[in-house]
Amino acid sequence: MGTQALVNDPFAVGTSVRIRPFMPPGHVRAPVYLRGKTGTIERAIAPFKNPEQLAYGLPAKEHMLYRVRFRAGDVWDKDAENPDDMIEAEIYAHWIEKMDQSHAA
Amino acid sequence: MPHDHHDHVSPSGHPYRADDDTPLSYWQTMEIAVRELLVEKDITTAEEINTQIDAMDARSPAIGAALVARAWCDPEFKTQLLADASAASREMGFDIGPMHLIALENTADTHNIVVCTLCSCYPRNLLGLPPDWYKSRAYRSRTVKEPRKVLSEFGVNLPNSMPIRVHDSTADMRYFVIPMRPDGTEDLSQDALAALVTRDSMIGTGIATAPIT
Amino acid sequence: MDTQTDGRRWHDMGGQDAGPISDDQHDFSLWEKRVDALMILCSGKGYFTVDGLRRVLEDMGEEAFETMSYYERWIASINQNLIESSAYTTEELATKMAEVEARGTTYGDASLGK
Repeated sequence: MGTQALVNDPFAVGTSVRIRPFMPPGHVRAPVYLRGKTGTIERAIAPFKNPEQLAYGLPAKEHMLYRVRFRAGDVWDKDAENPDDMIEAEIYAHWIEKMDQSHAA
Repeated sequence: MPHDHHDHVSPSGHPYRADDDTPLSYWQTMEIAVRELLVEKDITTAEEINTQIDAMDARSPAIGAALVARAWCDPEFKTQLLADASAASREMGFDIGPMHLIALENTADTHNIVVCTLCSCYPRNLLGLPPDWYKSRAYRSRTVKEPRKVLSEFGVNLPNSMPIRVHDSTADMRYFVIPMRPDGTEDLSQDALAALVTRDSMIGTGIATAPIT
Repeated sequence: MDTQTDGRRWHDMGGQDAGPISDDQHDFSLWEKRVDALMILCSGKGYFTVDGLRRVLEDMGEEAFETMSYYERWIASINQNLIESSAYTTEELATKMAEVEARGTTYGDASLGK
């Protein structure tokens, strides 16, 4: 996908990350069921204009878009059908934080 | 124009939703008004709209099936498809527009399934418009949490030892699945193989099966 | 009711309980295909984005999702986005809708048989 390795990319492939747990109103592309959940960076895709600005017809800054992989057991806990199943989703950089700057879960 | 928009049964055999001979609805009135305003203001033309409808009508699961069958027969092409599915599709001559496409390969130890929980993103420029169930509350809600139950409703029962990878199409990429090539199809031509590749097998709610001989 | 008490919005469905998956299926009628085409053409020409389409669909709320068809919701959202981007005014739309409605009682008549 024309992905370039970014200098100082904080989210290299395999990095453990958490999706920020915020619940703002408005148009957001980070689904609620993944917010606050931990996963790993599967790949960096490419920078895309921020849909949270595009949705309102505003000039939009580009943000890196990542594919993040989650274990079903980490997302659904005991409700997972098989904890080792995987969920992958596209998440923008501004919704991702590294685990080592973790706020207590 | 070769396409007759007034057929009562589509090529797939499903009836079109009635429109011409039922009472005009508020939203149909709005569609006509919006379309005519856009034409009057030179934002588009009637011809451009018809051309777009024909372009969309021309897209169908057969296009995805051709990609899959070639990937089954041509390992080099499969590598290209997995590396950059948009480029590989265009190289085969398919007009997928500006779509960013990712191909997901089913293997003996991974079954992929695609959903969009936030709306109903679908690789429409590859497979045509999505089936109604793909846009439904049931599919959008349940697939990320209970993919095995969802798959069983489609008649696909996977052993617990087969890991499932659910892809939530949350942003700018679109996904399609390269199903596993069925056993016993070594002698089939690429065209005959393509006929085994169903729409659902490319969404991940189905599998490709060998013809009964 | 756009928002649950925890801030989750109605359209954000992943993991919610829901019933069995229905295999009811229909193909699209001409007016629905036209709505689809208008979305692709207007977004391609920069009048709004697919994100703007989704934002209005979300803001229309859950009742619209339950009671309107897919392309009814789309034309409502397309229209809202086009007014926001000054493609035409609400007054122009109102006048045109009245003109269309006066042409007849079926879609075929109102769209002048086209």
